[in-house]
Amino acid sequence: MTEALPVLLVFVPFLAGLGQFVLGRAAPWCQQFVSGLNLILVLLLSSAVVHGDPVIADLGGWGEPLAIHLQADGLAALMLLLTAVLAVAVSLYAIPAFRDEPRPAWRFWTLWPLLLASLNALFLSRDLFNLYVTLELVTLGAIPLVLLAGPNKTVDAALRYLLFALLGSLVYLAGVALIYAQAGTLDLALLPAALPEGTLSGPLAAALIITGVLIKGAILPFHIWLPAAHGNAPAAVSAILSALVVKAAIYLLLRLWTGPLEPLVSNDAGQLLGALGATAILFGSWQAFRQSRLKLVVAYSTVAQLGYMLLFFPMAVTAAWQGAVYHGLAHGIAKAALFLAAGNILYYLGQDRLEALRGIDRPLAVSLLAFGLAGVSIMGLPPSGGFTAKWLLLSASLQTGQWWWTTVLIAGGLLAAGYIFRVLRLAFLQADDATAPHHGPVPGPLMAWTATALALLALALGLISAPLLDLLGEMPGGTS
Amino acid sequence: MSTAYQAMPLWVLLSSLLAAAIIFALGEGHPRLRIGINLAAALLKLVLVGVMLLGVRAGHEFIVRLPLVPGIELILHADALSMLFISLSAILWLATTIYAIAYLEDSPNRARFFGFFSLCVAATMGIATAGNLFTFFVFYEMLTLATWPLVVHRGTSKAMQAGRSYLCYTLGGSAVLLLGIVLLHSLAGPQEFVAGGTLADYAGSNPQALAVIFALLITGMGVKAALAPVHGWLPTAMVAPAPVSALLHAVAVVKAGAFGIVRVVYDVFGIELTQSLGFAEMLAVVASITIIYGSLRAIWQTDLKRRLAYSTVSQVSYIVLGVALANPLASIGGLVHLVHQGLMKITLFFCAGCYAETHGIHAIDELDGIGRRMPWTTAMFTLGALGMIGLPPLAGFVSKWYLGLGAVAGGQLWVVGVLLLSTLLNAIYFLPILHRAWFKPPPEADDGLAEAPMGLLGPTLFAGLAALAVGLFAGFDWSPLAWVELLVEREYSP
Repeated sequence: MTEALPVLLVFVPFLAGLGQFVLGRAAPWCQQFVSGLNLILVLLLSSAVVHGDPVIADLGGWGEPLAIHLQADGLAALMLLLTAVLAVAVSLYAIPAFRDEPRPAWRFWTLWPLLLASLNALFLSRDLFNLYVTLELVTLGAIPLVLLAGPNKTVDAALRYLLFALLGSLVYLAGVALIYAQAGTLDLALLPAALPEGTLSGPLAAALIITGVLIKGAILPFHIWLPAAHGNAPAAVSAILSALVVKAAIYLLLRLWTGPLEPLVSNDAGQLLGALGATAILFGSWQAFRQSRLKLVVAYSTVAQLGYMLLFFPMAVTAAWQGAVYHGLAHGIAKAALFLAAGNILYYLGQDRLEALRGIDRPLAVSLLAFGLAGVSIMGLPPSGGFTAKWLLLSASLQTGQWWWTTVLIAGGLLAAGYIFRVLRLAFLQADDATAPHHGPVPGPLMAWTATALALLALALGLISAPLLDLLGEMPGGTS
Repeated sequence: MSTAYQAMPLWVLLSSLLAAAIIFALGEGHPRLRIGINLAAALLKLVLVGVMLLGVRAGHEFIVRLPLVPGIELILHADALSMLFISLSAILWLATTIYAIAYLEDSPNRARFFGFFSLCVAATMGIATAGNLFTFFVFYEMLTLATWPLVVHRGTSKAMQAGRSYLCYTLGGSAVLLLGIVLLHSLAGPQEFVAGGTLADYAGSNPQALAVIFALLITGMGVKAALAPVHGWLPTAMVAPAPVSALLHAVAVVKAGAFGIVRVVYDVFGIELTQSLGFAEMLAVVASITIIYGSLRAIWQTDLKRRLAYSTVSQVSYIVLGVALANPLASIGGLVHLVHQGLMKITLFFCAGCYAETHGIHAIDELDGIGRRMPWTTAMFTLGALGMIGLPPLAGFVSKWYLGLGAVAGGQLWVVGVLLLSTLLNAIYFLPILHRAWFKPPPEADDGLAEAPMGLLGPTLFAGLAALAVGLFAGFDWSPLAWVELLVEREYSP
């Protein structure tokens, strides 16, 4: 039975998206049912993974080395879990958010299940080529979603996103081709043994693959497509993009680094990635602090927060592994909450310029609470998932004697406090006139409380890390 | 003992955490229900704290453990020191809540205010009962964040500036503190608070690391305790409403910092180690400088609340000084000042709030003849001020007496000089206020007797009389002094 779960996780949302397309009009509650089902399937899968070995599904039954595997281990299960929880929350949010716009609603409810299926497939894939295909599918699902906000606003952003994504894919594919030429297989489990040692093309392939993933993951200096795309998309889409889509690329990097690329990469490469991450943290936070639009603040915050996950690579011990992955989870939940809360503010004000936020604490108290609580996790203050992740990364940096990451981690937290409180400060300022001008109605309870529920979940992650880190397990191939 | 009884610290914490959650959920719509729940929670907490107080005295063990991060537990553990802080906060929470209900009548955003206020108290309970540094930090940060909306409550640009200054100091302090905790953790693994400390083994092998850790921890906590030179946020934060000042100065925030320093010296490093590594001496010097500096600055303040704020800077360092002198008598003086300063300072801030609310008085030179118009309030102010100066038999005298005895017993006579000088300075900045209030003629627009409304005056009277009582009845069995003596006895006889 459990072998069927990975297959179902790919095909159920895929068929749901297809059905939605054929239907020709939005059926949000149907899709909500699918995301609920998806969550149940993931929970079943996780409970199977936590009790034993990875769950493997053999598609087509061809056997080695031709087989196409879908395989779920602890890392995959955690990413699937994050995706499934966000799928439920974002779908709930999207129902009222897209209610008045039938055409965009239909597109959203078609594309979103397809994207969900691609994400699930990516997390379950176990060979370099399938990973390439699923990463492409994720990108191709994400870009049209950006356009839903209305083509005149986002066409530039989406085009830039497309160009970067294609460049990333191309570079990645070149790396994969090089690997295949040498090893004759692309299966992650078989690769380490199959790669010949001491050739130049091995490290070159690794460099190409890593660069491709970094471009897709919007890691500095390839981040320039991200703020416009994430900042202009509709809130529900921004949440998906920031919490899941870019994270899928970093997930891939973690997966490959501790798997097939391990013999090919050096310690210096790890330090280089760490340095990129640190630069992303500092630069992204600083940029977030300087933005004048709320959603751009949140988007640049993503640029910064993704950097924390890269700090795993120079340290490469179990605490860093747990910290990086946990940061992925905590950031996913908290960032989705931030974008949904920002979406509510935008929905009410009709714009998201920061100076317009004065005195919105009365009508938008719940959304603002969500923003603040999610901000606690983004700042890495306790009790929150962000803090737990930061603690683990801090411990790892001292454990490995690489104290310079300690300074980055602490400075990053302070900078994050800077841009979060800059927003809250404005919202708490009393408006000069009693009724500030606004454009739309106060967002309904579903929109407000979905954001708050996610924010509370981000805090709760600080209290329930033990079972989740159990599920994740030790660093693959790690010594400590 | 049943598990539910052992878990008392958790219930005490939840009594205000749940109150906060309910208040937020209710929103602005149901003021009566909200007030009812708030008061019920405060009373419930008092009962719970009372039960725990009896339990701790009888030697019962109250402890809750929750695994949090691999290898680290969230521990709530009530010992005698916790109870000192918890009892103070629980009693003052009730008083401040009643005061705040009257103070903020008809002002906007009251649900937000009381929600965050309850959250602050919940965080304080966590700080007081934290069983290790990690837990302490979790609640310490919660306190930082929950206090900010209160500091900026008025929403004016001045309040926002105070809020920014508060955040810059406290978040910077927490970053330093976190660094210290992580370093300690990587050096020695998870450490619980144990009387006498747990780090003696590392003194020989790694004294430099210990010195760095000690400095980081004390600096991090010193920000909240308003030790000079990181005290700047406290006087700025006086723009907040009076109940918030009470919270900052008496119920929670500066106390949390001072309490943390006590924990670090007693239960992480241990008194012996702190002394043998020379940290105690340095800490005593820093505390003494803060005492003198705060008093000097207070003299030149013309705004009443600002003067009181600088007075706090000075007075809270008595607690640190008592701990740093590292002998039983001085420790008694320092720890009992945790309670005494709290009661006296909350009285003074309540009075300042009464003056501001009733007659719009903020500056000291507007206080001429106020004693005739608000005799009760001014009487309480007088009690608080004389107590702060250390007039026998008031509470401040008891603290200073034990501090002085400790200094003499420890052979640190210069500390006696510091205490005398501080007393003199206290008199210089408090007596002129009393003189104005009682003996100067009121301004011409005097409209006769005009006391503060009962909702404000009641808690003020309560706090003032409590401050009087803890001094007068210091020799009795259940006084804070008796409790502290019990506590110090336990600390010094391992």
